[in-house]
Amino acid sequence: MSSGPVLYDVPGPDEKKRERLVSWIAGAVLVVAIVAVGWRLAANGVFDDRWRILLEAPTNFAGYQVGDIWSAVFRGLLNTLVAAVISLPLAMILAVLLVSLRAAPWAPVRWLASAVIEVFRALPVVLVMFFGILVLPGASPLMAVVFGLVVYNAAVFAEILRAGINALPAGQTEAAYSLGMRSGLIYRIIQLPQSVRMMLPSLIAQGVVLIKDSSLGYIVGYAELLRQISRVADALTDADYLLPLLAVGAAVFVTLNVLLSRLAVWVQRRGRLQRRGARVARTATLVED
Amino acid sequence: MGSLIASRAAIGDAFLTTLFLAGVSGVLSLLLGTLLAALRVSPYAPLRTVATVYTEFLRNTPLTIVFFFYVFVTPSMGFTFGYKTAAITALTCYTSAFVAEAVRSGINSVAVGQAEAARSLGMSFSQNLSLVVLPQAFRTAIPPLISVLIALVKNTSVAGAFSVLELFALSKRLTNVHSADVIAILIGIALCYLVICIPLGRLAAAMERKVAFAR
Repeated sequence: MSSGPVLYDVPGPDEKKRERLVSWIAGAVLVVAIVAVGWRLAANGVFDDRWRILLEAPTNFAGYQVGDIWSAVFRGLLNTLVAAVISLPLAMILAVLLVSLRAAPWAPVRWLASAVIEVFRALPVVLVMFFGILVLPGASPLMAVVFGLVVYNAAVFAEILRAGINALPAGQTEAAYSLGMRSGLIYRIIQLPQSVRMMLPSLIAQGVVLIKDSSLGYIVGYAELLRQISRVADALTDADYLLPLLAVGAAVFVTLNVLLSRLAVWVQRRGRLQRRGARVARTATLVED
Repeated sequence: MGSLIASRAAIGDAFLTTLFLAGVSGVLSLLLGTLLAALRVSPYAPLRTVATVYTEFLRNTPLTIVFFFYVFVTPSMGFTFGYKTAAITALTCYTSAFVAEAVRSGINSVAVGQAEAARSLGMSFSQNLSLVVLPQAFRTAIPPLISVLIALVKNTSVAGAFSVLELFALSKRLTNVHSADVIAILIGIALCYLVICIPLGRLAAAMERKVAFAR
């Protein structure tokens, strides 16, 4: 069901009038609410000169340039993205390994693989990162962050891929068997590639989750965006500067992730056009954040 | 291992705090999320816009940023929350966006004929939504909603980094005190999360099968 006007009739003249009235009232209430909140915030000094920090460093901190502030913020963002960019391929490789082990011909291997997947999917990423920093010998914060992101997301990716393989038409495997292929070969060149392709939207959506989770590095002391922002605010000894800096960071995250989500929707739409009628697996339910 | 048994009371408390955070923000975000989903399919453009912007913004912001905002930034804006209130607010804001998406996809999965039949019986938008579409939408939305709740349980661990003493914060504290017993402590804490999350996951899978057969 498209969420358009299926739930209500195409409005006639009376209903149109009423609808316009309600829209206006709702709009007016919203505007009043926004103005009230804005006024309250202004009274608390939110719109004072703290936003100038984005343009120039405060004058009473000699030697502190606005360039330093921006470079600190962007170094933080870069660190966040570096963790995500390192983790993404590693998690994908580990996921392929796990999902293959889960289809292995030896039952104990299968059990072990599914146990690993189940357990790591049910653990908070922060806890895994923390485990990494305490237990891995000589782990830097970056390694701990990557460890947490890789282990958790590999488990989720593996589940997505398994769902994709389960959703493949049985004819694919049967045709491969009838051509004389062995099960390992079928798995490698028939099932897995099609599963990746079918589940691409889910995989991208989970990639967005991975990028968001990379900011958890803040908690294990990785010098990512939030850590850098607090450092700048500490250096300038004024917590007021947190708001504008955080606004910049959040804006970058939201833009990046919205673009990636759009990409996922586009891929999904393209896939749907190409294989009209084919069953697209339960994509939305598999993403976990 | 000994330190784990010695601090079982503290672990019990932290476990309850985790459950409390997840429970309260779970209920709140189910309510708020359903409201947002309803607004998103309503005939009134300004309400639709507000709900869409809210959902998209919070779904794409890291939870850490939301927490950071409520814990460290709001005091500089003239509002101060207690740590638990801030944690519940942050978790609710974040999770309600995901609830809204799950409910909306549930609404989208209800057959068009249902809403059309309700309309042809002369039902208004709110009757149509509350009596015909939403009850069916929740049915499909239950497995993804459980997934959202599992994610919520795991996300409460972020609150541990923002001064709420729940399981994750306790693991930090205990490993500091008993540095010889790090692995046992972390495994113990991990078990606490598994006890909540794995049954929920099983439930979601079972519900999914049930819904799939019913259709």
